[in-house]
Amino acid sequence: MLTKRIIPCLDVKGGRVVKGIQFRDHRDAGDPVEMASFYDREGADELVFYDITASSDGREIMRDVVSRVAEQVFIPLTVGGGIRSVSDMRLMLNAGADKISINTAAVENPELIKAGADHFGSQCIVLGLDAIRSKNFSTHDPHWTVRIRTGNAGGIEAGLDAIEWAVEAVKLGVGEIVVNSIDADGTTEGYDIDLLKALAQVITVPVVASGGAGIKDHILEALTNGKADAALAATIFHYGTYSIEEVKEYLFENGLPIRMNLDNGNGKIR
Amino acid sequence: MNSTKIAVIDYGAGNLRSVAKALEWAGADVLITRDPLEIVQSDGVVLPGQGACDMAMQSLKDLKLIHVIKDVVDRNIPFLGVCLGLQLLFDWTEEGNTNCLGLFPGKVRKFPAHDKIPHMGWNTIYKQGSHSFFDGIVDQSYFYFVHSYYVDLEGKPDAGCYTNYGVEFCSAFAFKNIMGTQFHPEKSGVLGLQLYNNFVNFVS
Repeated sequence: MLTKRIIPCLDVKGGRVVKGIQFRDHRDAGDPVEMASFYDREGADELVFYDITASSDGREIMRDVVSRVAEQVFIPLTVGGGIRSVSDMRLMLNAGADKISINTAAVENPELIKAGADHFGSQCIVLGLDAIRSKNFSTHDPHWTVRIRTGNAGGIEAGLDAIEWAVEAVKLGVGEIVVNSIDADGTTEGYDIDLLKALAQVITVPVVASGGAGIKDHILEALTNGKADAALAATIFHYGTYSIEEVKEYLFENGLPIRMNLDNGNGKIR
Repeated sequence: MNSTKIAVIDYGAGNLRSVAKALEWAGADVLITRDPLEIVQSDGVVLPGQGACDMAMQSLKDLKLIHVIKDVVDRNIPFLGVCLGLQLLFDWTEEGNTNCLGLFPGKVRKFPAHDKIPHMGWNTIYKQGSHSFFDGIVDQSYFYFVHSYYVDLEGKPDAGCYTNYGVEFCSAFAFKNIMGTQFHPEKSGVLGLQLYNNFVNFVS
């Protein structure tokens, strides 16, 4: 059975995972290769890397990071942040990335989605959807808008309805949507389940929930009520609140299809 | 002993780096090439691929590699098709109504529309039969898939793996010197590396 995926997200700046991260066993846990290997061993189903500098220097450093991770970690890798052209995409894919996540560049130039999908296939192109509840949001008439340039203090309004933009992006060729709720991001108070539900009704490609996970139940809720195909989290994994294994164990016990048996029969076989 | 030389066929379909890295991890000496002589002189050959089957067949034709691949298989050189590379081994694909290499009986069809397409993520494999390619692979373990078309097997291989996604389809198979996986072993963690290891062992 197709499993629900658990994806840790690593923010990279200057070739290091951003500081302030302290997780078990590695006091200096800033090396992306070490962290990627660690999460792989713990059972991460994929890894996402965001270049939070997103400058041209940053891109070159990121290419090097992706290439070093891909030497050692044999699970899917998504790379995002500052990717603005087909040649930027090719650079990351050749370095070993499997998927490219685009947000600002896709809003400013929707044709980039189509060009990326034509060159590399839809499965390579991920829409990073940074959505915020609209000013007159109500649960009876819920609306979200799209934000871009979210690397800088919440970003700016793109002037688009989030759900409409997601539908349009799928038409243009994205193969997956990572939906990040700006309202929920970093709060550890739970994903925006209404947003996930609204997307689930209209979106025909996999949806990855992002932003807000604080406890295991939040992830469970996103994958059940929110109908998400995968859950992305940073804070709870980086700060060691839970290990990936603990989260997956919990989801499995609650009846979700989860990849548990990771090795050649020496580990847990369900 | 000389190391095992594996040719990874470069016909312009996607990123070959992870496939090459996984084979190197398994101890092979990897050559990424489209040169017919280099391919035929290798100890084993891997046909990777992403993207569209019809485009891939056209590229293989343009590069005059169709006969090279058939020759490799006839000479009993171990041959592994990965993802699109697996689909190309069969008779025909619905994708662009295209004839493929016809190395094993079967047809490639599009997934029914009631599930999300592409089929993307980790899914269970069910093993049948026996072949050293699947040594150490536990029944009902998980592998990483990304594809919109699936193989409807018509022949009987020595060993096969089956997976369900709306339909039951062939997720991997091995018949004599021909092996293939619909999933990406190079993206399937330790178990995927085990398969590359098995392929390299089969070659050497």
